[in-house]
Amino acid sequence: MQTSTLILFVLALTVVAYVLGRQRSVQLAQPLGGIKRLHSLPNYYGLMAAVWTGIPALVIVAVWTGMETTVITGTVLSTLPDTYTSVSESQISLTFSRIRNIQLGTIDGSQYPDLVQAGELLQRLTESSQFGKVALTLVISVLGGAYAWLRTSPRLRARPQFEVVLKGFFLLCSTIAIFTTIGIILSVLFESIRFFQSIPFFDFVFGTKWSPQIAIRADQVGSSGAFGAIPLFVGTLLIAAIALLVAVPLGLMSAIYLSEYANSKVRGVVKPLLEVLAGIPTVVYGFFAALTMAPLVRDFFQGIGLDGVSAESALAAGLVMGIMIIPFVSSLSDDVINAVPNSLRDGSYGLGATKSETIRQVVFPAALPGIMGGVLLAASRAIGETMIVVMAAGLAANLTVNPLEAVTTVTVQIATLLVGDQEFDSPKTLAAFALGLMLFITTLLLNIVAMSIVKRFREQYD
Amino acid sequence: MTITNQYTEHKADTVTVAKTEPDQFDIGDWTQTVGDPLLDDPRLSARNVDVFYADNQAIHNVSLDVGKNEVIAMIGPSGCGKSTFLRTLNRMNDSIDICRVKGEIILDGHNIYDKSMDVVELRAKVGMVFQKPNPFPKSIYDNVAYGPRIHGLVSRRAELDEVVETALRKAGLWDEAKDRLDKPATGLSGGQQQRLCIARTIAVSPEVILMDEPCSALDPIATARIEELIAELSENYTIAIVTHSMQQAARVSQRTAYFHLGKLIEVGDTDKIFTSPDHKLTEDYITGRFG
Amino acid sequence: MTDQPLNAIERMATVKQERLNARLKQRYNRERRFKAYGIASITGGLAFLAILLITIFSQGIPAFQSSFIKLDITYDPDALYIDDASDPEQLRFADFDNAVRQSMLERFPEVSGRNDTRELMSLISTAAGYTVRDRLIANPDLLGQTETLWLMADDDLDLVLNGTIDRNLPSDERRVSDLELEWIDDLLANDDIERRFNTTFFTRGDSRDPETAGVWGAVVGSFYTLVVTLALSFPIGVAAAIYLEEFAPKNRLTEIIEVNINNLAAVPSIVFGLLGLAVFINFFGLPRSAPVVGGLVLTLMTLPTIIISARASIKAVPPSIRDAAMGLGASKMQVTLHHVLPLAMPGMLTGTIIGMAQALGETAPLLMIGMVAFIVDIPQGFTDAATVLPVQVYIWSDSPERAFIAKTSAAIMVLLGFLALMNLLAVLLRRKFERRW
Repeated sequence: MQTSTLILFVLALTVVAYVLGRQRSVQLAQPLGGIKRLHSLPNYYGLMAAVWTGIPALVIVAVWTGMETTVITGTVLSTLPDTYTSVSESQISLTFSRIRNIQLGTIDGSQYPDLVQAGELLQRLTESSQFGKVALTLVISVLGGAYAWLRTSPRLRARPQFEVVLKGFFLLCSTIAIFTTIGIILSVLFESIRFFQSIPFFDFVFGTKWSPQIAIRADQVGSSGAFGAIPLFVGTLLIAAIALLVAVPLGLMSAIYLSEYANSKVRGVVKPLLEVLAGIPTVVYGFFAALTMAPLVRDFFQGIGLDGVSAESALAAGLVMGIMIIPFVSSLSDDVINAVPNSLRDGSYGLGATKSETIRQVVFPAALPGIMGGVLLAASRAIGETMIVVMAAGLAANLTVNPLEAVTTVTVQIATLLVGDQEFDSPKTLAAFALGLMLFITTLLLNIVAMSIVKRFREQYD
Repeated sequence: MTITNQYTEHKADTVTVAKTEPDQFDIGDWTQTVGDPLLDDPRLSARNVDVFYADNQAIHNVSLDVGKNEVIAMIGPSGCGKSTFLRTLNRMNDSIDICRVKGEIILDGHNIYDKSMDVVELRAKVGMVFQKPNPFPKSIYDNVAYGPRIHGLVSRRAELDEVVETALRKAGLWDEAKDRLDKPATGLSGGQQQRLCIARTIAVSPEVILMDEPCSALDPIATARIEELIAELSENYTIAIVTHSMQQAARVSQRTAYFHLGKLIEVGDTDKIFTSPDHKLTEDYITGRFG
Repeated sequence: MTDQPLNAIERMATVKQERLNARLKQRYNRERRFKAYGIASITGGLAFLAILLITIFSQGIPAFQSSFIKLDITYDPDALYIDDASDPEQLRFADFDNAVRQSMLERFPEVSGRNDTRELMSLISTAAGYTVRDRLIANPDLLGQTETLWLMADDDLDLVLNGTIDRNLPSDERRVSDLELEWIDDLLANDDIERRFNTTFFTRGDSRDPETAGVWGAVVGSFYTLVVTLALSFPIGVAAAIYLEEFAPKNRLTEIIEVNINNLAAVPSIVFGLLGLAVFINFFGLPRSAPVVGGLVLTLMTLPTIIISARASIKAVPPSIRDAAMGLGASKMQVTLHHVLPLAMPGMLTGTIIGMAQALGETAPLLMIGMVAFIVDIPQGFTDAATVLPVQVYIWSDSPERAFIAKTSAAIMVLLGFLALMNLLAVLLRRKFERRW
């Protein structure tokens, strides 16, 4: 029985349990004077029966399926002689797929007696695991149903009990955010630690040469110093800085105009139009940056007599990224500007200040902390943006702050190192996770700082 | 001036209007303000002012003079239009799209709603203090210096220092604030903040100061300080104050105007209004039958 | 400072009018300039939007048409190297390209020699042979006969016809030789070229040849991915929002959850790709390139958006409704499920659609989990290897073939079309159910 069939079967049992549980509560209530004698509506008895039948069984299916592969693989590999297991991870997985193929008969295994044996073990384990899973699940499901049947009585507080179960489910759903964060941290941390075992941490963080392609063979790499991430950090900051130079003034002035000058009609048309910029997928911006903006930038600077403008320039990527985050900056600033109380504006107008004087000297300073928070969030977004830079900034790890040269960024390298076939023991692949760790930490700090600034700003005017 | 001539006719009517007997609190066929809304040598005069919010008329044909160096109090039940009227006196309603003003308000011989009138100039002459203290998120010094700076009224730093000190002294805040001029104004107490706002207003040397319920957010002690301050300021400035407190009106003002549902019902010396009002509505209000 | 403090303001008052007037003009100029900056900023942003869209559309529209060449195809058993068209085994090895080549040579009898023949064949799509094959499979009786067929032309011919390749350039600077241009003109003169709506683009998967490449595979891949995302993120998001708004006690756990949600909303999407790679593929052993994994990753990514908007719409339900239901003796859960949830539903749906639109446009995390592979087949299920629309855009934009620029733009138009539809739906939903309490 396949896992999906098993799940469907359990669900069917659950439905049956619901119907039976409901009926039983009605029947039990009959001699006592009808369902008004029940503690809860019949529905809830049915639901509780369904909970008992379905949930423990489904938990078993989930846990078993999750553990199955790991346990079986581990057991099979542990029976093999050391020659097979004391090698690199990719070779182990190669060995394992060979075992599987031998067992399936697609490879002739006569020259690997060990593997044939292992294959038989694998077959046995898989079969018994499958059987065990189905049997245990069904037994638990039926037992759960039976228990629910037995405990159904008119005095059973079915509704409150069901509500507790439901509330538990709600709580579980909301904790997914925590698990996601933990998942992110664990997944980048483990691989990063393995990376730092072969490349010293400080060589990575302070190295000025980045050329991961040198790492052809795993045993060769520890000695090469080609994983210096400084060019990537500089490239990332350069592009993010260009983007912010575009997005912050334009976004801020747009927000100011829309919230302070424009009448509601103009605002109603222009605001959604600007938001369209935020709704366009980044890959579209990337395409535009690479195909239209980059040649434009190159031609322009060549036109004014500058040589050596790269076809993929930091400037083109940064400009387009800046436009992309305009709506982000403007909607955050808009919120902040609107949070500045009108009494301050009145105070300034009352003294005879013009609108722009009021905005520059009263509204803007009052909103500054909130705007700073918004700028930090925008910076975090610019640093983490991937597609535009992948498509328009290039791969050349030049250590430069010249916006007309090609640079590469952290996200570009993560994407390039991980697209295609990966070997999970080469520093080349692991480097992507180390970069991911850096990226995650940086954006996390920026976000936390930004959100606390914005929060404090809001509390000030609440 | 033609306006005055037009109004002389109205004034004649005013005299003939007898004490009206309103049905309940409805004003009924209201035609004219009771008492003496007009003065001989006014600082500021409003003539036949109507204010509309979209299609709703908030102020009906109000004519009122504010005399030199007098404190005039505007009272009335909430929603009577007294604040709206006050705000029309320095065009604070300009920023509200749907607000329209008809009639004339004359300051120094010019209608402030005239196209040639510059609103910046107007507000430098007619200052305003608001209901809630609204110091800017700047230092105490910068708050007071704000007006002279934006208008370019001082040419040297020393001059500005003097103006700030003078304004703070006049507002009775100097002793409390002189050691913390560079500290944020938001750190002051509510009453101090309101006095700072008054100092900020007088730092541009206005001719008229409008006060919109300046004490409604303050405790009794702070209120008493502001009232003393108003009395002192009235030696040099013309002050129009809106208040919801009849006692306050009685304490600080020389004249009182009673508004009801957007109409100016009665104007007169404060003593007279509070002791023997002519209009039934005024009497009902000050005796506490509504409001 | 002065001994007579009263004088400072009075002294200032004497020069007030003069100084005020002196600055007024300058101040109003500054005011106008400031306002102009605002207008310029907005115009700049909107102009960019317009340029972006116009560029994409003008590049993409040609891709919706493809050219066909009229040819007399002879199903010659000798050219095809078969004798029985009903035998599938023979059809598999039949040389349909040769049949196409023969008829091209018949159409242009003056062509001879290997190089010229190869050049001639470059006018017609490599897919032409498949069209011939499909005809023959459908009608085995055609063997040995001749019929007139419209066969798909190569993408270069398209580019010449729509002007992307400038025929006035010197021949060594253009992709199409003088000879080819001559043939094209000949075909045009005889009305043997027809431009038709490009149905291939909407019905096929990816291909190495621009003229046979389509977005359908990516559309289906996006569909499966979004189904998984929606099926997971909507119930989980709503449940989480209900818990946080209605039940969560003010304690440490709740605080941690809230901080996490807000944070995840701002984590770069590529980091979610790393999570998907490490957890779903390497740890749980789920298949690479599969919509189910893509859906899981996008679920984690869009959950914060959905939770935040769902919470906002729950918050918008006035407490009076809860009080009323509570007053009738309903339990907290009943109040929530029977009264609050239905009222908050339109807002939640709107937020979910916007979250889905975000997920539809997302590229970076899907690159990490292998959805960037070259996949010709239309995916049939949640575990088949698939790609999605934005990734298809990325793959094509990387292609050196000139004609793929148009295809990329056209794929973007399809993507933007779907996004516009989803946002329109969200706007309509909001309009319809917008409630002012």
